[in-house]
Amino acid sequence: MADIGEPKVRAPEKPLKKGELALIKTLIKHPMESGLRKDKNSGETIPAHFIETITAEYGGATVMKATWTGAVSKNPFFSFYLKADKSGPVNVTWKDNKGQEWKEKAEIKVE
Amino acid sequence: MGMQQENTLTRRKFLGALGVTGAACVAAGYLGGIPHLAEAADAPAEAPANVDELIAKEVGPGKVALEKVKIDTPAKAENGALVRFPISVDHPMEADNYIAMLAIFVDANPKPLVGRFEFTPASGKAEVELRIKMAKASQVRAIAKSNKGALYGAVMTIEVAEGGCAG
Repeated sequence: MADIGEPKVRAPEKPLKKGELALIKTLIKHPMESGLRKDKNSGETIPAHFIETITAEYGGATVMKATWTGAVSKNPFFSFYLKADKSGPVNVTWKDNKGQEWKEKAEIKVE
Repeated sequence: MGMQQENTLTRRKFLGALGVTGAACVAAGYLGGIPHLAEAADAPAEAPANVDELIAKEVGPGKVALEKVKIDTPAKAENGALVRFPISVDHPMEADNYIAMLAIFVDANPKPLVGRFEFTPASGKAEVELRIKMAKASQVRAIAKSNKGALYGAVMTIEVAEGGCAG
């Protein structure tokens, strides 16, 4: 089994002004197998194993949801923005096509 | 001090801090030595996808205005397994007027849809960055849809260096 998991989420370290944009950076280890590749030796198709959804929750609402296919690169880096409203966590959840799930969060600070 | 460092934290530093950075060759080696460029050749034979139909299905019907969307990546990718793909949409993100969805398609991939991203006004900005796989040189398309159903898009052709480190 390839390395998998170890989710990371980064939010700006400094306190933001209300309404300011926060760049959120995420990273997770995952094989992101598309299901389209064949094992070179056995000739057998390598089963699909990829992250299907990433959701970001902040202030009690889902602010971003991504739906992926196996065409997203292995060990996916992904960044997005959210509008800082008040201090609190941004909770990120990754789910793969085998039902495995990872959660990680970062704190948004609003002055 | 720490705050300033965070302010200037680049993606490379971020990745470096997480211990996954490195030259493209190292990254390719990390992929287990399987040449990514073989993905297309190894893929089961499928009828070529009609990407226009796929876009209509995923994004919805309608005319796509080729404006507002920017794909900020070089026209030549060194490594087809890791094509840096930042996309931004220059559009308000207000309660009644915002970009609700963005989808990426690589025409020449066996499965052209790479992913779709749903936003809300709380996103503040319809901009994402990720890295995508490209089996070979291809047209790529990013299509955005507003909450009112207006479609915007960007199209570019990205070449993929043959062989490269993973070859």
